[in-house]
Amino acid sequence: MNTFQAVRDALSIALLKDDTAVIFGEDIAFGGVFRCTMGLAEEFGRERVFNTPLTEQGIVGFGIGLAAMGQTAIAEIQFADYIYPAFDQLVNEAAKFRYRSGGQFDVGGLTVRCPTMSVGHGGLYHSQSPEGFFMGAAGLKVVIPRSPIQAKGLLLASIRDPNPVIFMEPKVLYRSAVEQVPVDDFELPLSRADILKPGSDLTLLSWGTPLYHCETALHMLSAPPPSLEPHIPQSLRSANIELIDLKTILPWDVESVVESVKKTGRLVIVHEAGMTAGVGAEIGAVVQDKCFLKLDAPVKRITGWDTPVGLQFEKFYIPDSIRILDGILETLKY
Amino acid sequence: MFRPAARLLVRRSLLRSSRAITTATPQVPAHADTHGHLPSSHSRITSKLRFFNSVMEDGEQIPTYRVLDSVGKPLEGAEVPEIDEAFARKIYENMVLLPTLDTLLYNVQRQGKISFYMTAYGEEATILGSAAALANDDEVLAQYREAGVLLWRGFSLDAIMAQCLGNHEDLSSKGKQMPVHFGSPEHHFLTISSPLATQIPQAAGVGYALTRIPSRRGRNVAVCYMGEGAASEGDFHAGMLLASTIPSPTLFIARNNGFAISTPSTEQYHGDGIAARGPGYGMWTVRVDGNDVLAVLGAVREARRRCVEDGRGVLVEAMTYRVGHHSTSDDSFAYRARQEVEDRKRVDNPIARFRLYMESRGWWSKEEEELLKTRLKQDVLKAFKRAEGLQRHELKEMFTDVYGGEEPWNIKEQREELVGLLKKYGNDWEPWRNELARFKGKGQELLGDSKSA
Repeated sequence: MNTFQAVRDALSIALLKDDTAVIFGEDIAFGGVFRCTMGLAEEFGRERVFNTPLTEQGIVGFGIGLAAMGQTAIAEIQFADYIYPAFDQLVNEAAKFRYRSGGQFDVGGLTVRCPTMSVGHGGLYHSQSPEGFFMGAAGLKVVIPRSPIQAKGLLLASIRDPNPVIFMEPKVLYRSAVEQVPVDDFELPLSRADILKPGSDLTLLSWGTPLYHCETALHMLSAPPPSLEPHIPQSLRSANIELIDLKTILPWDVESVVESVKKTGRLVIVHEAGMTAGVGAEIGAVVQDKCFLKLDAPVKRITGWDTPVGLQFEKFYIPDSIRILDGILETLKY
Repeated sequence: MFRPAARLLVRRSLLRSSRAITTATPQVPAHADTHGHLPSSHSRITSKLRFFNSVMEDGEQIPTYRVLDSVGKPLEGAEVPEIDEAFARKIYENMVLLPTLDTLLYNVQRQGKISFYMTAYGEEATILGSAAALANDDEVLAQYREAGVLLWRGFSLDAIMAQCLGNHEDLSSKGKQMPVHFGSPEHHFLTISSPLATQIPQAAGVGYALTRIPSRRGRNVAVCYMGEGAASEGDFHAGMLLASTIPSPTLFIARNNGFAISTPSTEQYHGDGIAARGPGYGMWTVRVDGNDVLAVLGAVREARRRCVEDGRGVLVEAMTYRVGHHSTSDDSFAYRARQEVEDRKRVDNPIARFRLYMESRGWWSKEEEELLKTRLKQDVLKAFKRAEGLQRHELKEMFTDVYGGEEPWNIKEQREELVGLLKKYGNDWEPWRNELARFKGKGQELLGDSKSA
């Protein structure tokens, strides 16, 4: 399965196992603009899988109402770039619903899915990674998978989590990432990072699409192509890098990250969103607080620049493998 | 492109089924010359250029439905809604209770005993008339001036006081929200929140949820209250669209009281109020005299009946007047004349109108009026006195209910940090020491928990 098929598979299981579950959003009835809801309307009926008018604040508000009545509401925002009209409903309403009612009401049944991150030609409004904007919204969870298996297991866990979850799907992976995905019902735990590759010299932390650039950077470090050989000192090529996928942005797995940095003494964080007040800033601050005596180098952030994503400039905007490689080298040399 | 959805419970209006045909059938319509080939409309073609700016054919404003005149006499030809004496008395007593409660809580706010309050002066008929027209288990999503709906449903004075004082009996929000932000699942009243209009699209979702719960399908509606100011928010547009497009039995009740804080309705909209928008969303709509409790009762009963029957949104605009200040943080004489308010109170008092009607039916008397007023004053004062002495929830509640399930590490850590600070400064820093005394357990439960942890 590729990622969109894994998402579709998860949604199908959610509908099958939970009679209260409904899926709605813009253009989802015919299968969705990314094919994530293909055939679900035919299989489960238009009362459970339906189009909404084109109103993001409405979609999330509607989902909150459904969830407040104990139903499972799976809403889709067509692009993460268009989640901002629903920011009020998400931050003031969904996030605070349980707290403000003294636990009498909650919208734990709400999951908001949205495609995120760059796609090569998305320009300003089909490329954004807005996870950082939600990081201060206590009461919400924010989850980003890296692959089809992760997408299925984390999405099912998000749908069933007793809290409202924003589930961001890296859109470039919808078709490009393919792997064997178990067809049965399984969940992967939220707020648990994955150590993709253990190491002892430096912790490389990311989530979503840039993880693939991280992987490439690690290959380039150990076996540089001829053109890059002069840039990579022989002594650093055998560096043992620990690669971590954070997976859940809020609440994030502080334990895994801190444990790793205490071991390696170095941290490089990679994300596509701009640097200022991004997720990397939060993690960097916590790590310096908890690992101050263990740090051998400053926490390095490799991120998008603090500009919008200019269409023709994307190759120089995203934190790609060469920037990650350079960040690793600089941090190792520090 | 799609097969039309089979919605067993929804009776589409003629207009809608014809729309569905135009989108689902590829053939040229039979009357192509008169109706054209417009893909998203069943509009008749005309060669006359004509603009229009009214939902009424004659260009008039939408009329206001009224049953009782200003001295409580039924208008000629008006159909008085069916009510018996006991029901009428219940409505009236709650209409009188509301300002009794408001006066006490307004005054104690002025004395600094509660932090904030909002009265419903002048809107008693709109609130109680509509509450009485609903099923008591219809799900209500209110704005903030609709505590009368809760009173009608038997929410106790103790519960009102507990929320306004934020004491340990407050279940509405465990002392977490400002006064008047009530909520009670038992009374089918979703907890109020301050951001305006956010409840409007939520109500459409609640309405849709009710169609998905077999025991409530075709039986209950979602009821959404809002002011005319809130209707300017984008969420109003979203909620109207959703409840009409995705069939959701949602009853929208707009309280048009003439003001949003200081902004008069003339600066809020240029059209014919809120009611004129309903037809634009394909929604059954009515405008009612919000100071006439029987008109509100009759209109909302019929609106609710249509809402259940059609399974889609229905809009009621109740025309009333905000007699009180917006809130205790507002002095409304800064933007409107005191005389104007006094005149309104005298000329068109919703409680007096209904009392005169009750008296004309022999259902009420001056003696009963005196007895009721005295009794309600005593009840309200007693509830306040009782609530005033109660302590707040335990301090540890500050950190609960942020998330369901496992508590995140950051919240755990931050609670521990506060515990450390309390241990260090709790006795020595006066502002904290005084404040701690007001909480049940004086914060000791936090200190105790941390020791055992």
